[in-house]
Amino acid sequence: MAEHREVTVTPDRFVTYRYAGASGDFNPIHLDDEFAQSVGLPSKILHGLWTMAQVARVQSDDPLALKSLSVQFRGLGVPEKDITIALKPGEDGVVACEAVQDGNKLVRRGKAVLRI
Amino acid sequence: MSTYVVGREKVREYAHAIGETAPVCHDVEAARAAGFADVVAPPMFACVYSWAALTPVVLDPETGVDFSRLVHGGQEFTWHEPVVAGDEITTTAALKEKTEKAGLGYFTFTTRSVNQRGELVCEGEWLNIVR
Repeated sequence: MAEHREVTVTPDRFVTYRYAGASGDFNPIHLDDEFAQSVGLPSKILHGLWTMAQVARVQSDDPLALKSLSVQFRGLGVPEKDITIALKPGEDGVVACEAVQDGNKLVRRGKAVLRI
Repeated sequence: MSTYVVGREKVREYAHAIGETAPVCHDVEAARAAGFADVVAPPMFACVYSWAALTPVVLDPETGVDFSRLVHGGQEFTWHEPVVAGDEITTTAALKEKTEKAGLGYFTFTTRSVNQRGELVCEGEWLNIVR
């Protein structure tokens, strides 16, 4: 069984613009600080699916090793602050995962299953 | 139901946006050497090809979602056949469950995506919460 490990990912200032273009999700809460604040958010926030994609990506160097991934989204992520992804491998290729930024759980109860 | 044609540059653009550097996602030669017809979509590209099919179901007045109050609560994907550039992915979306708890609406949607050969590529479960 592999060791527990942590991976740090730092979303840069422009990541939400790149992800909006790549995914087609142009919701202004991800792009515009003023708009985000007008709906009660601290600033523009990360796309939850971008954060989930980080949890997916750090599982393996082989992107096709991932058989399934389920997550719950909780806290809202923001650009330019480190996100720590904790991976706890268990039996049968199952990996428990979590993503935390500034003590705030962005992803909890993550469960990845890898092809073994 | 809607069909999404996977473009090579779109796969590269998505891989770049999420920081995926695996050569099979960017380089056609590397993908072919690994036995794929073209660059391979990162698994989470599933949200791109399935979203077009899901939108009309989410926005259907019968579903009853107030889109401006929608929060993404959870997500699950199970992947099967790999998706490569040039594939045509057809996704069927449905509302699976709708419940209310403590003034919040919980909507679970499912997506099922198949390629042009009819092979299953991905199943998704999307939990959305309406505040």
